[in-house]
Amino acid sequence: MSDIVIQFDHVGKLYKLGLVGTGSMVHDLNRWWQTSILRKEDPYLKIGETNDRSKKGNSDYVWALKDITFDVKQGDVVGIIGKNGAGKSTLLKLLSRVTSPTTGAIRAKGRIASLLEVGTGFHPELTGRENIYMNGSIMGMTRHEIDRKLDEIVDFAGVERYLDTPVKRYSSGMTVRLGFAVAAFLEPEILVVDEVLAVGDMEFQKKAIGKMQDVSKGEGRTVLFVSHNMNSIRILCNNGIVLKNGSIDYIGTSQECINYYTGNNISDLISYTKINNKEHRKNNDTFLREIEFLEAKLLNNPHEMGNDEPINIEIKLKRNDKSIKECQYTIAICDETDTQIETFITNPIEVPQTDNEFTLRLEISSHGLTKRRYYINLLAGTKDFSIGSRNYDRVENVLSFEVVYYQKRFNKEYLLWNKNWCPIVHHGDNIIIEKI
Amino acid sequence: MNNEHWTLEIKPKKHLLDIDLKGIWRYRDLYRMYVKRDIVTVYKQTILGPLWFLIQPIFTTIMYMFVFGGLAGISTDGAPQPLFYMSGIMLWNYFNSAFSVSSNVFTANAGVFGKVYFPRLVVPLAGITSNLIKFGIQLGLFIAMYIYYYAVGANLSINWTLLLFPFLIFLIAFHAMSWGLIISALTTKYRDLTQLVAFGMQLFMYATPVIYPLSAAPEKYRDLIALNPLTPIFEAFKYSCMGCGSLDGSGLLYSTVFMLITLFLAVVIFSRTERNFMDTV
Repeated sequence: MSDIVIQFDHVGKLYKLGLVGTGSMVHDLNRWWQTSILRKEDPYLKIGETNDRSKKGNSDYVWALKDITFDVKQGDVVGIIGKNGAGKSTLLKLLSRVTSPTTGAIRAKGRIASLLEVGTGFHPELTGRENIYMNGSIMGMTRHEIDRKLDEIVDFAGVERYLDTPVKRYSSGMTVRLGFAVAAFLEPEILVVDEVLAVGDMEFQKKAIGKMQDVSKGEGRTVLFVSHNMNSIRILCNNGIVLKNGSIDYIGTSQECINYYTGNNISDLISYTKINNKEHRKNNDTFLREIEFLEAKLLNNPHEMGNDEPINIEIKLKRNDKSIKECQYTIAICDETDTQIETFITNPIEVPQTDNEFTLRLEISSHGLTKRRYYINLLAGTKDFSIGSRNYDRVENVLSFEVVYYQKRFNKEYLLWNKNWCPIVHHGDNIIIEKI
Repeated sequence: MNNEHWTLEIKPKKHLLDIDLKGIWRYRDLYRMYVKRDIVTVYKQTILGPLWFLIQPIFTTIMYMFVFGGLAGISTDGAPQPLFYMSGIMLWNYFNSAFSVSSNVFTANAGVFGKVYFPRLVVPLAGITSNLIKFGIQLGLFIAMYIYYYAVGANLSINWTLLLFPFLIFLIAFHAMSWGLIISALTTKYRDLTQLVAFGMQLFMYATPVIYPLSAAPEKYRDLIALNPLTPIFEAFKYSCMGCGSLDGSGLLYSTVFMLITLFLAVVIFSRTERNFMDTV
């Protein structure tokens, strides 16, 4: 026996579009005639199209999933990524047996609990306590299991005071907490989770992620997890699957999948850009552009930037307003979710008065970035105490690169990179340890 | 690859008779919770509470006494009219409500069914059980009326066949569930049937000896009414507590066999539907 606990074997799911009515009745009769009487193949299985929701297709049938084949090993935490409508939820639904596949087979070892929604079966008139029992038994727990875990569940949800109040008087956040708490104390071998962490306050989200980590790491259970939040995928999962229009687009470690997905979503790594309004100024077309960005160039190899390597950027600018004497330049580094990670601002630099177009080279001598893909935004502006600060031009996503986390200069000793590290890590430079 | 020990295999089609009875047993606590939920939630935020279950049969009985007993002059085989109508109404009410929870299983529970898997049969089983509560309350009213008429010396011959009572209820419950499940499976995709069923049930009541004894039916229709598998059950109950009508042993046997066959069919159809109904409901 191998340690594979879930096996998808050429799984497909066909959906009919449009309304159920006389049209579908005709199709049903035709299908029945072809398959049961003439013993032929189902005529509608052949004509299904791939699922691209934005294009208008010719067929009434669509493959929400097509030819999905992959294995999941014991203890794996697999993140499933993809755009809306890529088939993520359908995949989870098939695995949780809410609906059955049209083709192929899914095999699994052990009890599967699915968390496609929190608080399934909650009845607004029942009290919190009664709903814990209701929801728990829907999820497959027995009464004795719930009896045993009741205190922990209540404690985790933090709703002790409201335990004997009907759930309809709860705030929506409390209802969600209660629902997640029940699910967290399920003990299945395989846990299937659809984006449920996006609810609840920050404190609770942290708690929920922590609990999921315990489940996978501490207890060695297998988890399938769908999310649009790349950070929770990165933190929770070790492997990933990228779905696109109902088929598997990429399988790999979670980091590889995130890179693949986010890279695909925006574009490939960019080391040279001619700046244009449509791509780079789509959010801020309001600046007067006294100084304007024209081109940007990354002098490093964008595919393997060392974590200890200085970043060199060459930018070509144009001076539109002759009265501007000096300017400050900002390099902002963002991650793939557009969160700004690190910002570098130069001192005021004199603007060359001889030519209208000029080129500058900027070097970031030390950054603390860890292994990940990053995007660079540029800003030109100034702070003049007589008129306040003002920006001349701002451009986004002009360059991108990937930090690969190995040292090009072996003059320092580092730990092995860990995927749970945050985007910026300082290696000893900002910490002093004293021996007592 | 395939010699591994998989505990679960999900495939497009499964065997016709692959019915998950073990699963239903494993989910018995869920069954209990569903029953409890139905009972607890039904009185919430009402003032009269369970009294509502009595008001409907009382008024219906009075109405029937006026229309069928008074205007139409249909015989009650010597039994006091209120008792006779009340017994029919309470049995019919139970049949009707057990039937309607079963026939609405998919549409009423689509939200839950779309998110979690558990043996779907748990829900109709719990439905026919929790409806027993309402039936029990109406039975209480019936017993009170019965004691009153007994005390004033009405002609009531109670007899040993009353022991059959639990079995009669069991028959009604499973008749209702079987038919309900068949209807529920047929209505997930095409809703046309729900229209038919709503008024079909009203008509069907008149094909069942609820407001008349079988003996009062015209000779030529009597065999037809006896074909209705509910007929022997209603007749048997009225015979056992009021001595009117007859206890038809072969009729009850017919009703039981009929119930077992439809139950089997219903469970087969239902478990075929439950696999894909989410896509069509």
